[in-house]
Parts: sequence; C-alpha cells; structure tokens
Amino acid sequence: MIQLIAFYLFATLATAAGALTILARNPVHSVLWLIVAFFNAAGLMVLVGAEFIAMLLVIVYVGAVAVLFLFVVMMLDIDFAELRAGFIRNFPLGFALALVLLMELVLGAGAYKAGALKLGTPDGSATAAAGASNIEAIGALLYSRYLFLFEAAGLVLLVAMVGAIVLTHRQRSGVRGQNVARQNARRPDEATHNVSPEVGKGVTL
Amino acid sequence: MTAFFQSAGLPFEAAWLLATVAGILLIAFPVMLAVAIVIYFDRKIWAAMALRKGPNVVGPFGILQSFADGLKVFLQETIIPSAANKGLFLIAPIITFTVALLAWAVIPFSATAILSNINVGLLYILAISSLGVYGTVIAGWSSNSKYPFFSAMRASAQMISYEVSIGFILICVVLWAGSFNLDTIVQAQKGHVFGIVNGFVANPLLFPMWVMFLISGMAETQRAPFDLTEAESELVAGYQTEYSSMAFALYWLGEYANVLLMCALNAVLFWGGYLPPLDIPVLYAVPGLVWMLGKILFFFFIFSWVKATVPRYRYDQLMRLGWKVFLPVSLAWVVIVSGYLMITGHFA
Repeated sequence: MIQLIAFYLFATLATAAGALTILARNPVHSVLWLIVAFFNAAGLMVLVGAEFIAMLLVIVYVGAVAVLFLFVVMMLDIDFAELRAGFIRNFPLGFALALVLLMELVLGAGAYKAGALKLGTPDGSATAAAGASNIEAIGALLYSRYLFLFEAAGLVLLVAMVGAIVLTHRQRSGVRGQNVARQNARRPDEATHNVSPEVGKGVTL
Repeated sequence: MTAFFQSAGLPFEAAWLLATVAGILLIAFPVMLAVAIVIYFDRKIWAAMALRKGPNVVGPFGILQSFADGLKVFLQETIIPSAANKGLFLIAPIITFTVALLAWAVIPFSATAILSNINVGLLYILAISSLGVYGTVIAGWSSNSKYPFFSAMRASAQMISYEVSIGFILICVVLWAGSFNLDTIVQAQKGHVFGIVNGFVANPLLFPMWVMFLISGMAETQRAPFDLTEAESELVAGYQTEYSSMAFALYWLGEYANVLLMCALNAVLFWGGYLPPLDIPVLYAVPGLVWMLGKILFFFFIFSWVKATVPRYRYDQLMRLGWKVFLPVSLAWVVIVSGYLMITGHFA
C-alpha cells in the first residue's frame, strides 16, 4: 500500500517536473525542475530495489552534472525574443528528434510486451534476491562478464574528455600565472625590510 | 523501537510509522540543540585563542547566548529584496537546512542507535552532501545581487572540486572495510591495528587519507580557511548578504549542522565511531554513545582551532589544492591500497 502511494507520488512528480523542465521560461528554473525530476527518478529506483543506481543518480546527475548546468545557465543573459525566433527555425529538427524518440519508446514497449526484453516484472519477481547487496551483484557482473564493455566505456569517456580539453585549450600570451614554488620559498626577512628615512625624503621600494 | 510500539497493542504499520517518526525526532532535536551549544563552544574557543572572553553575559558563562541570538533573529523582520526571485529566495535556506538534517539518518550513534541502517549508507551521505551546494547556489542567483552571485559561483566550483577527492578517499576506506554500510565500517575497525587499536586512522596506509579527509571536509563545509563563499573582505557576506531574520538563521543552523556531520563522519570512518579507542573490555563499559559524542566534540574542537588560527586561502590556491594535490594523491592512494589488499589476500 505504502509502495503504491510512493510509486504514484514519485511517478507523478517526475513526469510533472519533466514537463515543467521544457515549459519553464527561465533556463535556471528549467535546470531546477530537471533536478526535481532526477530526484523522483531516484525515488522510483529505490522502490524497485535498485538503491545503488538511485544513489548514483543523485550523486552524478544532481550532485555534479546539474551543478555544472546551473553554473553555465546562471550566467546566461537571456533574450526571450531571440529565443522565440530560434524556435521557428529549429522546429523541424526538434520535431524530427521528438518523433525518433517516440518511435524508440513504442519499439521498446513493443519488445517488452512481446517478451523479447527480460526486465523486472510488475510483481517484482525478477528483482534481486533479498539480502544480496546491489553493489556486489553489479560489481560481480560488471567486472567479469561485461569487463570489456566496461573498460571500453571508460576509454570512450577518456577520449571525450581529452577531446574537450584539446578543443577548448588555447595558449594565451602575457598571462602571469602563480609560481607556487617561489611563493612558498619566500621568507619574511626577504619580504620586508626596515628603513628610517629622513622627514620629507620618502623611500624608493 | 517498532517492537516497543507493537507491544503497546498497535498493528505493525502504525507501530513502524510511530517508531520512525520518534526516531527522526530523537535525532533532529538533539542535533538542533547540539548546534546551539556548539556555536557557543565555537565562539568561546575562538575567543580564547584570540585572548578574548567571548560570550559571557547571557546565562552562566554566557551559555545561553545562542538561544538569545535565536530569539532575536526570530523577532526580526524578513526582508525580501524587490528584485529577488521570491520563490527561490525563500526556498534556498530551507534546502540548506533540510539537507543538513537529512544526512544524520544513517549515522550510527551506537551499535543499536541508527535510524536507517542501509547498505548504501556512505553513498547516501555523498548524495545528500552534494545537495548542500544548491542552497548556496540558488540563494546567490535568486538574490539578484552581485556579491551573492559571485559567492554562488565560488561555492559550486569549490564543492565539485573537493567532492572528487572525498570520493577517492572514501573508496580507500570502503576497500578496507568491504562495505558501504556505516555500521559495518565501524565494526571493521575493531582491533584494526595489532588487534588492539580501534580505528583506521592508526593504519599507516590510511592515516594520510584521514588528513586529506579532514581538510577536504573543511572545504566541503565551506569552513575557514576555505570560507571563500562568505569572504567578508571581498564579498560582504557572500550568498547570505540579502538574507535576514529566520532565513538567515536557517543558513546559520544548517552550516553548523553540516560541520557537526563532517565531525561525525571523521569519527565513523577513521576513528572507530562508537567503539572505544582501544579494544580493551574495560573501555566497553562506557556506552558507545559517549565515545561517539566525545569524538564529534574533539573534531569540532579541531575545526574551531583551524578557524581561529589559519588565514583564508586565495581562490587559486584552493583550486590548486583540490585538483593538483588532493586528486592525484588520492587517486594514487586508491591504487596503492587496493594493490596492498590484493597482495595480502584481503579479499580472498
């Protein structure tokens, strides 16, 4: 009973927050609604017994990705007129993307109905056995059967990271960086010196 | 506690609900009370190190100072800047405060006193503590004022930087303990070194990790010397510049609750939590709760000590420490610790 109430609560909130993410006028509000959606998705994960995935969802998406989104979006200077002009121009592309996503959803649901996908069943019969820790189960599978795919995914991420750095890195001339070694090596007696100038003479530093 | 309520003749669901609510209140109220007392301690320690007297007027030795401050703040007017984003402006302090209390749910205060003894306790704490930054960021943005905004920028960069190294440090602990469950981690520290010392901190391989965890914890809670988000010499009061009254008090309480949580984590992960320092039967006569609270207070003293004596970092120094020192060292340490554990057959 409690599970059912919690499921409908999380599901409704996740859907509503997702809708508000794309409906909100202000990009910052969009990101905040996205965070609410992530949260409710994590709640749904806890309900199906995947607490490890739920925590990862919060740590990675809410704790890191969304913070970076906010970091960028907060600094935007939004011109709503320009946004609306872009809407007309980008509409066909967006519509095509939406269609593709819809088709994928239909395909996925169809495959599940036809029994091609072995997902958890609504009565929970395919969930992990009680007592077996999520983390151990995932680890055992990831580092034995899917080791190659796991390492390959890591490599893809590494390449993406290197690519992003190479694309955005540029050598700037005339930048005076901090020389930490020199700063640490500096002692009080070379940083200050006492002088006793005559009245009205002043000192040169 | 569920059994206790069931023995009063209640059905299981009602008993469970009552027990959970009672457990939440049993943690939340003492934490709030502890925050009030600890603010007084902080000011007293700070004053003593600056050769001042500190609060000494309200109540004996000024111990009621925090409550007087709370009452004063409660009676003040809540000011909302006209250019602020009103909803978010009011939600932000609530987020900070709520998140500061949420993480206490998985802290083991003694062998039996845990509200929810979940398998992913440590991940839960990481998840919750990564939320703490939203209170600051949203406050900075919704205030619609430049100093809070700078502060929000600093806060988000700082939190992300130090969470990375905290993650790697925690991996070392988890590798050794073999669990993400905080109670299991505490139990794994029993007689850890020479079968007599309780606590990972006495382990030469994990001691450097504890030092880094303590420093990262200070950065994560935005405490001095890493309090660049509220550096008064540059940013007035940072993200809380536009806040007044209870909204300001919520930030105040949340900040200290977070500091206490970091102290509790230090105790649980490295200093044996509710176990006595040495694995001697006589010491177990003292209740685990006393050891745990004593350790929390000890770490709070270290936090105050650092605040009173260390000058504030420059922002580039903060980033350098996070990314160029802590991240590579902690990453290398994960390799070293797992390599050592593989060689010695820890996982067999």
